[in-house]
Amino acid sequence: MYSERVMEHFRNPRNVGEIEQADGVGEIGNPVCGDMMTFYITVRDNVLADVKFKTFGCGAAIAVSSMVSDMAIGKTLDDAMKITNADVARELGGLPSNKLHCSNLGADALHRAIENYRAKAKEAK
Amino acid sequence: MPDINFDHAAAAPVLDRARAAMQEFLEKEFGNPSSLHQSGERPRQALETARAQVAALVNARPEEIVFTASGSESNNLAVKGLALAQPDKGRHIVVSAIEHASVLESARALARLGFEVTEVPVDGTGTVRPEKLRAAIRPDTVLVSVMHANNEVGTIQNLMELTRTCCSHKVLFHSDGCAAVGRVPVDIAELGVDAYSFAAQSVYGPRGAAALCLRRGVRIRPLVDGGVQERNRRAGTENVAAVAGFGVAAEFCHAHINEWSRHMARLSRRILTELPERLKHVVLTGCQDHRLPGHASMCVEFVEGEAMLLFLDDEGIRAASGSSCTARNLKASHVLLAMGLPHALAQSSLMLTLGRDSTDSDVDYFLDKLPGIVERLRRMSPLYARFQRGEDPYQTRPGQVCEEHEHTTEEN
Repeated sequence: MYSERVMEHFRNPRNVGEIEQADGVGEIGNPVCGDMMTFYITVRDNVLADVKFKTFGCGAAIAVSSMVSDMAIGKTLDDAMKITNADVARELGGLPSNKLHCSNLGADALHRAIENYRAKAKEAK
Repeated sequence: MPDINFDHAAAAPVLDRARAAMQEFLEKEFGNPSSLHQSGERPRQALETARAQVAALVNARPEEIVFTASGSESNNLAVKGLALAQPDKGRHIVVSAIEHASVLESARALARLGFEVTEVPVDGTGTVRPEKLRAAIRPDTVLVSVMHANNEVGTIQNLMELTRTCCSHKVLFHSDGCAAVGRVPVDIAELGVDAYSFAAQSVYGPRGAAALCLRRGVRIRPLVDGGVQERNRRAGTENVAAVAGFGVAAEFCHAHINEWSRHMARLSRRILTELPERLKHVVLTGCQDHRLPGHASMCVEFVEGEAMLLFLDDEGIRAASGSSCTARNLKASHVLLAMGLPHALAQSSLMLTLGRDSTDSDVDYFLDKLPGIVERLRRMSPLYARFQRGEDPYQTRPGQVCEEHEHTTEEN
Protein backbone atom coordinates (compact mmCIF):
# COMPACT_ATOMS: atom_id res chain seq x y z
CA MET A 1 0.00 0.00 0.00
CA TYR A 2 2.76 2.47 0.95
CA SER A 3 5.99 3.13 -0.97
CA GLU A 4 9.26 1.82 0.47
CA ARG A 5 10.29 5.39 1.26
CA VAL A 6 7.11 5.99 3.27
CA MET A 7 7.61 2.77 5.20
CA GLU A 8 11.25 3.63 5.84
CA HIS A 9 10.32 7.00 7.37
CA PHE A 10 7.43 5.42 9.28
CA ARG A 11 9.69 2.75 10.78
CA ASN A 12 12.55 5.14 11.53
CA PRO A 13 11.06 8.58 11.88
CA ARG A 14 13.63 11.40 12.06
CA ASN A 15 13.44 14.22 14.58
CA VAL A 16 10.74 12.84 16.87
CA GLY A 17 10.33 14.77 20.10
CA GLU A 18 9.67 18.15 21.63
CA ILE A 19 11.96 21.16 21.97
CA GLU A 20 11.86 22.79 25.36
CA GLN A 21 11.98 26.55 24.97
CA ALA A 22 11.12 26.19 21.27
CA ASP A 23 11.20 29.39 19.27
CA GLY A 24 7.99 28.42 17.55
CA VAL A 25 5.29 25.76 17.95
CA GLY A 26 2.68 24.75 15.35
CA GLU A 27 -0.16 22.37 15.90
CA ILE A 28 -2.63 21.06 13.37
CA GLY A 29 -5.41 18.53 13.14
CA ASN A 30 -7.14 17.04 16.15
CA PRO A 31 -7.65 13.55 17.51
CA VAL A 32 -11.22 13.46 16.21
CA CYS A 33 -10.24 13.47 12.55
CA GLY A 34 -7.55 10.91 13.20
CA ASP A 35 -4.37 12.90 12.71
CA MET A 36 -2.71 15.45 14.93
CA MET A 37 0.74 16.96 14.56
CA THR A 38 2.77 19.32 16.70
CA PHE A 39 5.95 20.86 15.27
CA TYR A 40 8.64 22.59 17.34
CA ILE A 41 11.35 24.76 15.80
CA THR A 42 14.61 26.39 16.88
CA VAL A 43 15.64 29.40 14.79
CA ARG A 44 19.21 30.73 14.47
CA ASP A 45 19.91 33.69 12.17
CA ASN A 46 16.69 33.17 10.26
CA VAL A 47 17.54 29.50 9.64
CA LEU A 48 15.78 26.42 11.03
CA ALA A 49 18.54 25.08 13.29
CA ASP A 50 16.31 22.33 14.64
CA VAL A 51 12.88 20.88 13.97
CA LYS A 52 11.13 18.27 16.08
CA PHE A 53 7.62 16.85 15.95
CA LYS A 54 5.08 14.69 17.69
CA THR A 55 2.36 13.02 15.66
CA PHE A 56 -0.74 11.02 16.41
CA GLY A 57 -1.83 9.38 13.19
CA CYS A 58 -1.49 6.73 10.55
CA GLY A 59 1.64 5.53 8.78
CA ALA A 60 1.38 8.29 6.19
CA ALA A 61 1.00 11.00 8.83
CA ILE A 62 4.09 9.82 10.70
CA ALA A 63 6.17 9.46 7.52
CA VAL A 64 5.06 12.90 6.33
CA SER A 65 6.02 14.50 9.65
CA SER A 66 9.42 12.86 9.51
CA MET A 67 10.01 13.93 5.91
CA VAL A 68 8.89 17.52 6.49
CA SER A 69 11.21 17.85 9.48
CA ASP A 70 14.09 16.45 7.45
CA MET A 71 13.43 18.78 4.53
CA ALA A 72 13.10 21.84 6.76
CA ILE A 73 16.23 21.61 8.90
CA GLY A 74 18.93 23.98 7.60
CA LYS A 75 16.54 25.95 5.42
CA THR A 76 15.91 29.67 5.83
CA LEU A 77 12.46 30.50 7.14
CA ASP A 78 11.42 31.85 3.75
CA ASP A 79 12.54 28.70 1.99
CA ALA A 80 10.87 26.50 4.57
CA MET A 81 7.62 28.39 4.03
CA LYS A 82 7.86 27.39 0.38
CA ILE A 83 7.81 23.65 1.12
CA THR A 84 4.56 22.48 -0.42
CA ASN A 85 2.47 19.43 0.23
CA ALA A 86 3.26 18.20 -3.26
CA ASP A 87 7.01 18.46 -2.48
CA VAL A 88 6.56 16.28 0.57
CA ALA A 89 4.49 13.65 -1.22
CA ARG A 90 7.01 13.59 -4.07
CA GLU A 91 9.98 13.16 -1.72
CA LEU A 92 8.14 10.22 -0.18
CA GLY A 93 7.76 8.54 -3.55
CA GLY A 94 4.02 9.23 -3.61
CA LEU A 95 1.17 8.55 -1.22
CA PRO A 96 -2.04 6.60 -1.77
CA SER A 97 -4.66 9.03 -3.08
CA ASN A 98 -6.82 8.77 0.02
CA LYS A 99 -3.82 9.68 2.19
CA LEU A 100 -2.80 12.85 0.38
CA HIS A 101 -4.46 14.99 3.02
CA CYS A 102 -1.80 13.74 5.46
CA SER A 103 0.86 15.47 3.37
CA ASN A 104 -1.10 18.71 3.69
CA LEU A 105 -1.00 18.43 7.46
CA GLY A 106 2.78 18.10 7.70
CA ALA A 107 3.74 21.20 5.74
CA ASP A 108 0.91 23.18 7.34
CA ALA A 109 2.09 22.29 10.85
CA LEU A 110 5.63 23.41 10.01
CA HIS A 111 4.35 26.67 8.52
CA ARG A 112 2.28 27.33 11.62
CA ALA A 113 5.37 26.89 13.80
CA ILE A 114 7.22 29.44 11.65
CA GLU A 115 4.26 31.83 11.78
CA ASN A 116 4.18 31.38 15.55
CA TYR A 117 7.89 32.26 15.74
CA ARG A 118 7.43 35.32 13.54
CA ALA A 119 4.46 36.54 15.57
CA LYS A 120 6.45 36.19 18.78
CA ALA A 121 9.46 37.94 17.24
CA LYS A 122 7.25 40.82 16.14
CA GLU A 123 5.77 41.14 19.62
CA ALA A 124 9.23 41.19 21.17
CA LYS A 125 10.26 44.19 19.03
CA MET B 1 9.52 -14.43 11.65
CA PRO B 2 6.22 -15.99 12.65
CA ASP B 3 3.13 -15.57 10.49
CA ILE B 4 0.21 -15.05 12.83
CA ASN B 5 -3.28 -14.59 11.48
CA PHE B 6 -5.25 -12.59 14.03
CA ASP B 7 -7.45 -11.31 11.22
CA HIS B 8 -9.50 -14.40 10.46
CA ALA B 9 -12.56 -12.21 9.92
CA ALA B 10 -10.88 -10.86 6.80
CA ALA B 11 -9.42 -14.11 5.54
CA ALA B 12 -9.29 -17.63 6.89
CA PRO B 13 -7.35 -20.50 5.33
CA VAL B 14 -9.44 -22.98 3.36
CA LEU B 15 -9.57 -26.47 4.90
CA ASP B 16 -7.62 -29.10 2.98
CA ARG B 17 -10.70 -31.31 2.81
CA ALA B 18 -12.77 -28.44 1.37
CA ARG B 19 -10.14 -27.73 -1.27
CA ALA B 20 -10.00 -31.42 -2.15
CA ALA B 21 -13.79 -31.54 -2.54
CA MET B 22 -13.69 -28.59 -4.92
CA GLN B 23 -11.03 -30.02 -7.20
CA GLU B 24 -13.34 -32.48 -8.98
CA PHE B 25 -15.63 -29.67 -10.16
CA LEU B 26 -12.79 -27.54 -11.43
CA GLU B 27 -11.53 -30.45 -13.53
CA LYS B 28 -13.56 -33.36 -14.88
CA GLU B 29 -17.00 -32.56 -13.50
CA PHE B 30 -17.41 -29.10 -14.93
CA GLY B 31 -21.02 -29.76 -15.97
CA ASN B 32 -23.96 -27.49 -15.35
CA PRO B 33 -26.34 -28.76 -12.64
CA SER B 34 -29.29 -27.62 -14.76
CA SER B 35 -28.31 -29.79 -17.74
CA LEU B 36 -30.48 -32.73 -18.66
CA HIS B 37 -27.59 -34.72 -20.06
CA GLN B 38 -25.33 -36.79 -17.90
CA SER B 39 -22.66 -34.16 -17.29
CA GLY B 40 -25.12 -32.33 -15.05
CA GLU B 41 -25.73 -35.29 -12.79
CA ARG B 42 -22.65 -35.27 -10.58
CA PRO B 43 -22.63 -31.43 -10.09
CA ARG B 44 -26.37 -31.59 -9.29
CA GLN B 45 -25.75 -34.27 -6.66
CA ALA B 46 -22.88 -32.27 -5.21
CA LEU B 47 -25.07 -29.22 -4.88
CA GLU B 48 -27.71 -31.14 -2.96
CA THR B 49 -25.16 -32.84 -0.74
CA ALA B 50 -23.71 -29.45 0.13
CA ARG B 51 -27.18 -28.05 0.74
CA ALA B 52 -27.83 -30.77 3.32
CA GLN B 53 -24.41 -30.23 4.95
CA VAL B 54 -24.85 -26.47 5.15
CA ALA B 55 -28.41 -26.80 6.45
CA ALA B 56 -27.30 -29.20 9.18
CA LEU B 57 -24.74 -26.68 10.44
CA VAL B 58 -27.50 -24.29 11.50
CA ASN B 59 -30.23 -26.91 12.09
CA ALA B 60 -32.25 -25.96 9.01
CA ARG B 61 -33.88 -28.06 6.30
CA PRO B 62 -31.93 -28.41 3.04
CA GLU B 63 -34.67 -26.70 1.02
CA GLU B 64 -34.35 -23.67 3.29
CA ILE B 65 -30.83 -22.96 2.06
CA VAL B 66 -30.32 -20.50 -0.81
CA PHE B 67 -26.73 -20.45 -2.05
CA THR B 68 -25.27 -17.06 -2.90
CA ALA B 69 -21.77 -15.77 -3.66
CA SER B 70 -20.99 -13.84 -0.46
CA GLY B 71 -22.25 -12.87 2.96
CA SER B 72 -22.91 -9.42 1.55
CA GLU B 73 -25.09 -10.89 -1.18
CA SER B 74 -27.02 -12.94 1.37
CA ASN B 75 -27.62 -9.80 3.42
CA ASN B 76 -28.70 -7.84 0.35
CA LEU B 77 -31.05 -10.61 -0.71
CA ALA B 78 -32.55 -10.89 2.76
CA VAL B 79 -33.08 -7.22 3.46
CA LYS B 80 -34.24 -6.13 0.01
CA GLY B 81 -35.91 -9.39 -0.98
CA LEU B 82 -37.95 -9.79 2.18
CA ALA B 83 -38.97 -6.13 2.33
CA LEU B 84 -40.03 -6.05 -1.32
CA ALA B 85 -42.02 -9.27 -1.00
CA GLN B 86 -44.57 -7.73 1.36
CA PRO B 87 -46.01 -4.73 -0.51
CA ASP B 88 -49.41 -5.11 1.15
CA LYS B 89 -48.13 -5.13 4.70
CA GLY B 90 -46.11 -1.95 4.70
CA ARG B 91 -42.91 -0.15 3.86
CA HIS B 92 -41.08 0.22 7.15
CA ILE B 93 -37.99 -1.73 8.18
CA VAL B 94 -35.87 -1.76 11.30
CA VAL B 95 -32.11 -2.42 11.46
CA SER B 96 -29.63 -2.03 14.29
CA ALA B 97 -27.15 0.82 14.15
CA ILE B 98 -24.16 -1.55 14.19
CA GLU B 99 -25.07 -3.76 11.22
CA HIS B 100 -22.54 -4.62 8.55
CA ALA B 101 -22.51 -2.17 5.62
CA SER B 102 -24.26 -4.75 3.41
CA VAL B 103 -27.32 -4.55 5.68
CA LEU B 104 -27.16 -0.81 6.38
CA GLU B 105 -26.65 0.10 2.74
CA SER B 106 -29.41 -2.30 1.64
CA ALA B 107 -31.72 -0.51 4.06
CA ARG B 108 -30.62 2.85 2.65
CA ALA B 109 -31.26 1.58 -0.88
CA LEU B 110 -34.81 0.69 0.21
CA ALA B 111 -35.17 4.16 1.71
CA ARG B 112 -34.43 5.60 -1.72
CA LEU B 113 -37.33 3.49 -3.02
CA GLY B 114 -39.68 5.05 -0.50
CA PHE B 115 -39.28 2.73 2.49
CA GLU B 116 -38.87 4.17 5.94
CA VAL B 117 -35.92 2.86 7.92
CA THR B 118 -35.46 2.98 11.68
CA GLU B 119 -31.99 2.35 13.08
CA VAL B 120 -32.25 0.91 16.58
CA PRO B 121 -29.50 2.20 18.86
CA VAL B 122 -27.23 -0.06 20.89
CA ASP B 123 -25.95 0.39 24.42
CA GLY B 124 -22.32 0.89 25.38
CA THR B 125 -21.61 -2.83 25.03
CA GLY B 126 -23.00 -2.97 21.51
CA THR B 127 -26.16 -4.78 22.64
CA VAL B 128 -29.63 -4.11 21.19
CA ARG B 129 -32.05 -3.75 24.10
CA PRO B 130 -35.38 -5.55 23.51
CA GLU B 131 -37.38 -2.55 24.69
CA LYS B 132 -35.62 -0.35 22.12
CA LEU B 133 -36.50 -2.81 19.39
CA ARG B 134 -40.11 -3.04 20.60
CA ALA B 135 -40.37 0.73 20.50
CA ALA B 136 -39.14 0.80 16.90
CA ILE B 137 -41.71 -1.68 15.56
CA ARG B 138 -44.84 -0.22 13.95
CA PRO B 139 -47.95 -1.75 12.39
CA ASP B 140 -46.43 -1.28 8.94
CA THR B 141 -43.03 -2.79 9.84
CA VAL B 142 -42.22 -5.63 7.46
CA LEU B 143 -38.71 -6.61 8.50
CA VAL B 144 -36.24 -6.42 11.36
CA SER B 145 -32.57 -7.14 10.74
CA VAL B 146 -30.21 -7.49 13.71
CA MET B 147 -26.89 -9.27 13.40
CA HIS B 148 -26.22 -12.35 15.52
CA ALA B 149 -22.80 -11.10 16.58
CA ASN B 150 -20.84 -8.02 15.70
CA ASN B 151 -17.67 -8.45 13.66
CA GLU B 152 -15.92 -5.39 15.11
CA VAL B 153 -16.59 -5.63 18.84
CA GLY B 154 -17.55 -9.29 19.21
CA THR B 155 -20.81 -8.68 21.06
CA ILE B 156 -23.35 -11.50 20.71
CA GLN B 157 -26.97 -10.37 20.73
CA ASN B 158 -29.64 -12.11 22.73
CA LEU B 159 -31.44 -13.06 19.53
CA MET B 160 -34.04 -15.28 21.20
CA GLU B 161 -35.30 -12.36 23.22
CA LEU B 162 -35.31 -10.09 20.16
CA THR B 163 -37.05 -12.56 17.85
CA ARG B 164 -39.76 -13.14 20.46
CA THR B 165 -40.47 -9.41 20.33
CA CYS B 166 -40.89 -9.58 16.58
CA CYS B 167 -42.84 -12.81 16.61
CA SER B 168 -45.57 -11.23 18.72
CA HIS B 169 -45.80 -8.47 16.12
CA LYS B 170 -45.70 -10.88 13.16
CA VAL B 171 -42.66 -9.12 11.73
CA LEU B 172 -40.05 -11.09 9.78
CA PHE B 173 -36.66 -11.28 11.46
CA HIS B 174 -33.38 -11.55 9.53
CA SER B 175 -30.04 -11.97 11.23
CA ASP B 176 -26.58 -11.61 9.73
CA GLY B 177 -24.66 -14.56 11.11
CA CYS B 178 -21.42 -14.03 9.18
CA ALA B 179 -19.42 -13.22 12.33
CA ALA B 180 -21.09 -15.84 14.53
CA VAL B 181 -21.01 -18.97 12.38
CA GLY B 182 -17.77 -20.87 12.87
CA ARG B 183 -17.33 -19.37 16.36
CA VAL B 184 -20.49 -20.48 18.18
CA PRO B 185 -22.96 -23.31 17.57
CA VAL B 186 -26.00 -21.97 15.72
CA ASP B 187 -29.53 -23.37 15.78
CA ILE B 188 -31.84 -21.15 13.76
CA ALA B 189 -34.96 -22.93 15.05
CA GLU B 190 -33.97 -22.12 18.60
CA LEU B 191 -33.00 -18.54 17.71
CA GLY B 192 -36.40 -18.06 16.09
CA VAL B 193 -35.16 -16.17 13.04
CA ASP B 194 -36.93 -16.23 9.67
CA ALA B 195 -33.78 -15.63 7.66
CA TYR B 196 -30.10 -16.07 8.50
CA SER B 197 -27.01 -15.15 6.43
CA PHE B 198 -23.60 -16.77 6.67
CA ALA B 199 -20.58 -17.37 4.47
CA ALA B 200 -18.31 -20.28 3.62
CA GLN B 201 -15.24 -18.33 4.79
CA SER B 202 -16.58 -18.37 8.36
CA VAL B 203 -16.22 -22.15 8.40
CA TYR B 204 -12.89 -22.28 6.53
CA GLY B 205 -14.57 -22.80 3.19
CA PRO B 206 -13.70 -20.95 -0.03
CA ARG B 207 -14.68 -17.44 -1.03
CA GLY B 208 -17.48 -17.22 -3.57
CA ALA B 209 -19.95 -19.31 -1.58
CA ALA B 210 -22.41 -18.23 1.11
CA ALA B 211 -25.94 -19.01 2.16
CA LEU B 212 -29.16 -17.35 3.06
CA CYS B 213 -31.25 -19.65 5.16
CA LEU B 214 -34.95 -18.89 4.61
CA ARG B 215 -37.48 -20.59 6.84
CA ARG B 216 -40.14 -22.60 5.04
CA GLY B 217 -43.06 -20.45 3.94
CA VAL B 218 -41.14 -17.16 3.99
CA ARG B 219 -41.59 -15.40 0.67
CA ILE B 220 -38.79 -13.46 -0.93
CA ARG B 221 -38.33 -11.41 -4.08
CA PRO B 222 -35.17 -12.45 -5.90
CA LEU B 223 -32.57 -9.81 -6.70
CA VAL B 224 -31.18 -11.78 -9.61
CA ASP B 225 -33.99 -12.67 -12.04
CA GLY B 226 -33.79 -14.94 -15.02
CA GLY B 227 -33.45 -18.51 -13.94
CA VAL B 228 -35.00 -21.23 -11.82
CA GLN B 229 -31.87 -22.00 -9.83
CA GLU B 230 -32.17 -22.08 -6.03
CA ARG B 231 -35.95 -22.58 -6.37
CA ASN B 232 -36.44 -19.29 -8.16
CA ARG B 233 -34.82 -17.41 -5.32
CA ARG B 234 -31.47 -16.68 -6.97
CA ALA B 235 -30.91 -17.04 -10.69
CA GLY B 236 -27.52 -17.86 -12.18
CA THR B 237 -25.53 -21.00 -12.80
CA GLU B 238 -24.34 -22.32 -9.48
CA ASN B 239 -20.71 -22.07 -8.39
CA VAL B 240 -20.57 -25.82 -7.86
CA ALA B 241 -16.92 -26.08 -6.81
CA ALA B 242 -17.20 -23.36 -4.16
CA VAL B 243 -20.52 -24.71 -2.91
CA ALA B 244 -19.09 -28.22 -2.65
CA GLY B 245 -16.19 -26.83 -0.63
CA PHE B 246 -18.64 -24.90 1.53
CA GLY B 247 -20.60 -28.11 2.22
CA VAL B 248 -17.56 -30.08 3.34
CA ALA B 249 -16.32 -27.20 5.47
CA ALA B 250 -19.75 -26.78 7.06
CA GLU B 251 -19.91 -30.48 7.91
CA PHE B 252 -16.45 -30.37 9.46
CA CYS B 253 -17.30 -27.23 11.41
CA HIS B 254 -20.53 -28.78 12.67
CA ALA B 255 -18.59 -31.75 14.01
CA HIS B 256 -15.97 -29.60 15.75
CA ILE B 257 -17.67 -26.34 16.67
CA ASN B 258 -17.89 -26.99 20.40
CA GLU B 259 -14.21 -27.78 20.60
CA TRP B 260 -13.24 -24.81 18.35
CA SER B 261 -15.46 -22.54 20.36
CA ARG B 262 -13.87 -23.53 23.68
CA HIS B 263 -10.35 -23.29 22.29
CA MET B 264 -10.83 -19.85 20.73
CA ALA B 265 -12.69 -18.52 23.77
CA ARG B 266 -9.83 -19.51 26.05
CA LEU B 267 -7.24 -17.80 23.83
CA SER B 268 -9.17 -14.57 23.37
CA ARG B 269 -9.92 -14.50 27.11
CA ARG B 270 -6.18 -14.67 27.70
CA ILE B 271 -5.62 -11.61 25.51
CA LEU B 272 -8.43 -9.68 27.16
CA THR B 273 -7.17 -10.37 30.67
CA GLU B 274 -3.41 -10.42 30.16
CA LEU B 275 -2.98 -7.47 27.82
CA PRO B 276 -4.31 -4.85 30.27
CA GLU B 277 -1.86 -6.26 32.83
CA ARG B 278 1.04 -5.58 30.48
CA LEU B 279 -0.13 -2.40 28.81
CA LYS B 280 -1.71 0.62 30.45
CA HIS B 281 -4.63 2.62 29.05
CA VAL B 282 -6.33 -0.17 27.11
CA VAL B 283 -10.11 0.15 26.86
CA LEU B 284 -11.83 -3.13 26.01
CA THR B 285 -14.74 -2.72 23.59
CA GLY B 286 -17.92 -4.76 23.23
CA CYS B 287 -19.71 -6.94 25.73
CA GLN B 288 -17.32 -8.85 27.96
CA ASP B 289 -19.90 -11.47 29.04
CA HIS B 290 -21.57 -12.31 25.74
CA ARG B 291 -18.84 -12.19 23.17
CA LEU B 292 -17.54 -14.21 20.26
CA PRO B 293 -14.94 -16.85 21.06
CA GLY B 294 -11.62 -15.90 19.50
CA HIS B 295 -12.54 -12.22 19.29
CA ALA B 296 -10.63 -9.50 21.14
CA SER B 297 -11.32 -5.83 20.52
CA MET B 298 -10.04 -2.76 22.29
CA CYS B 299 -8.95 0.83 22.00
CA VAL B 300 -5.30 1.46 22.81
CA GLU B 301 -5.31 5.04 23.98
CA PHE B 302 -3.12 7.78 22.47
CA VAL B 303 -2.07 5.76 19.43
CA GLU B 304 -3.73 5.47 16.06
CA GLY B 305 -4.99 2.11 14.75
CA GLU B 306 -3.29 1.95 11.38
CA ALA B 307 0.12 2.72 12.81
CA MET B 308 -0.31 -0.22 15.21
CA LEU B 309 -1.34 -2.52 12.36
CA LEU B 310 1.72 -1.61 10.28
CA PHE B 311 4.12 -2.29 13.14
CA LEU B 312 2.29 -5.53 14.03
CA ASP B 313 2.57 -6.55 10.39
CA ASP B 314 6.33 -5.89 10.60
CA GLU B 315 6.38 -8.43 13.44
CA GLY B 316 4.39 -10.99 11.44
CA ILE B 317 1.04 -10.39 13.14
CA ARG B 318 -2.02 -9.62 11.04
CA ALA B 319 -4.74 -7.61 12.78
CA ALA B 320 -7.47 -5.08 11.98
CA SER B 321 -8.71 -1.70 13.20
CA GLY B 322 -11.79 0.50 12.97
CA SER B 323 -9.84 3.75 12.83
CA SER B 324 -10.67 6.20 10.06
CA CYS B 325 -7.16 5.96 8.62
CA THR B 326 -7.56 2.23 8.01
CA ALA B 327 -10.92 2.61 6.31
CA ARG B 328 -10.94 3.33 2.60
CA ASN B 329 -13.61 5.97 3.15
CA LEU B 330 -11.54 7.49 5.99
CA LYS B 331 -14.47 7.30 8.40
CA ALA B 332 -14.14 5.98 11.93
CA SER B 333 -16.06 2.79 12.71
CA HIS B 334 -19.82 3.39 12.82
CA VAL B 335 -20.02 0.54 15.33
CA LEU B 336 -17.75 2.19 17.90
CA LEU B 337 -19.46 5.55 17.43
CA ALA B 338 -22.93 3.95 17.81
CA MET B 339 -21.73 2.48 21.11
CA GLY B 340 -21.01 5.99 22.29
CA LEU B 341 -17.23 5.86 22.16
CA PRO B 342 -15.63 9.29 21.70
CA HIS B 343 -14.49 9.78 18.13
CA ALA B 344 -10.87 10.23 19.19
CA LEU B 345 -10.87 6.94 21.08
CA ALA B 346 -12.36 5.12 18.08
CA GLN B 347 -9.20 6.07 16.16
CA SER B 348 -7.26 3.82 18.52
CA SER B 349 -9.23 0.68 17.79
CA LEU B 350 -7.58 -2.71 17.47
CA MET B 351 -9.48 -5.88 16.53
CA LEU B 352 -8.13 -9.40 16.71
CA THR B 353 -9.98 -12.39 15.29
CA LEU B 354 -8.33 -15.67 16.14
CA GLY B 355 -9.10 -18.98 14.47
CA ARG B 356 -9.32 -22.67 15.24
CA ASP B 357 -5.63 -22.93 14.33
CA SER B 358 -4.47 -20.16 16.69
CA THR B 359 -2.21 -21.23 19.52
CA ASP B 360 -1.07 -20.19 22.97
CA SER B 361 2.32 -19.32 21.54
CA ASP B 362 0.62 -16.98 19.03
CA VAL B 363 -1.01 -15.24 21.97
CA ASP B 364 2.28 -15.14 23.93
CA TYR B 365 4.08 -13.62 20.96
CA PHE B 366 1.38 -11.00 20.45
CA LEU B 367 1.38 -10.12 24.17
CA ASP B 368 5.15 -9.75 24.01
CA LYS B 369 5.16 -7.55 20.92
CA LEU B 370 2.23 -5.17 21.29
CA PRO B 371 3.40 -3.24 24.38
CA GLY B 372 6.72 -2.30 22.72
CA ILE B 373 4.94 -1.15 19.57
CA VAL B 374 2.50 0.95 21.55
CA GLU B 375 5.26 2.44 23.65
CA ARG B 376 7.13 3.43 20.50
CA LEU B 377 4.03 5.13 19.09
CA ARG B 378 3.14 6.78 22.38
CA ARG B 379 6.62 8.30 22.54
CA MET B 380 5.77 10.23 19.39
CA SER B 381 2.14 10.90 20.28
CA PRO B 382 1.18 14.49 21.17
CA LEU B 383 -1.92 13.06 22.86
CA TYR B 384 0.19 11.00 25.22
CA ALA B 385 2.36 14.05 25.91
CA ARG B 386 -0.74 16.02 26.83
CA PHE B 387 -1.93 13.18 29.05
CA GLN B 388 1.43 13.05 30.81
CA ARG B 389 1.27 16.77 31.45
CA GLY B 390 -2.09 16.21 33.13
CA GLU B 391 -4.07 17.87 30.33
CA ASP B 392 -7.16 16.52 28.60
CA PRO B 393 -5.62 14.65 25.68
CA TYR B 394 -8.77 14.73 23.56
CA GLN B 395 -9.56 18.40 23.90
CA THR B 396 -9.87 20.19 20.60
CA ARG B 397 -8.20 23.55 20.81
CA PRO B 398 -9.16 26.68 18.92
CA GLY B 399 -7.59 26.75 15.49
CA GLN B 400 -7.19 23.00 15.34
CA VAL B 401 -9.42 22.61 12.38
CA CYS B 402 -10.13 19.18 11.06
CA GLU B 403 -8.85 19.08 7.52
CA GLU B 404 -11.51 17.97 5.09
CA HIS B 405 -10.64 14.42 4.13
CA GLU B 406 -10.33 14.76 0.42
CA HIS B 407 -11.23 11.91 -1.85
CA THR B 408 -8.90 12.63 -4.70
CA THR B 409 -8.65 9.98 -7.35
CA GLU B 410 -5.26 10.89 -8.69
CA GLU B 411 -2.26 9.03 -7.44
CA ASN B 412 0.46 11.49 -6.61
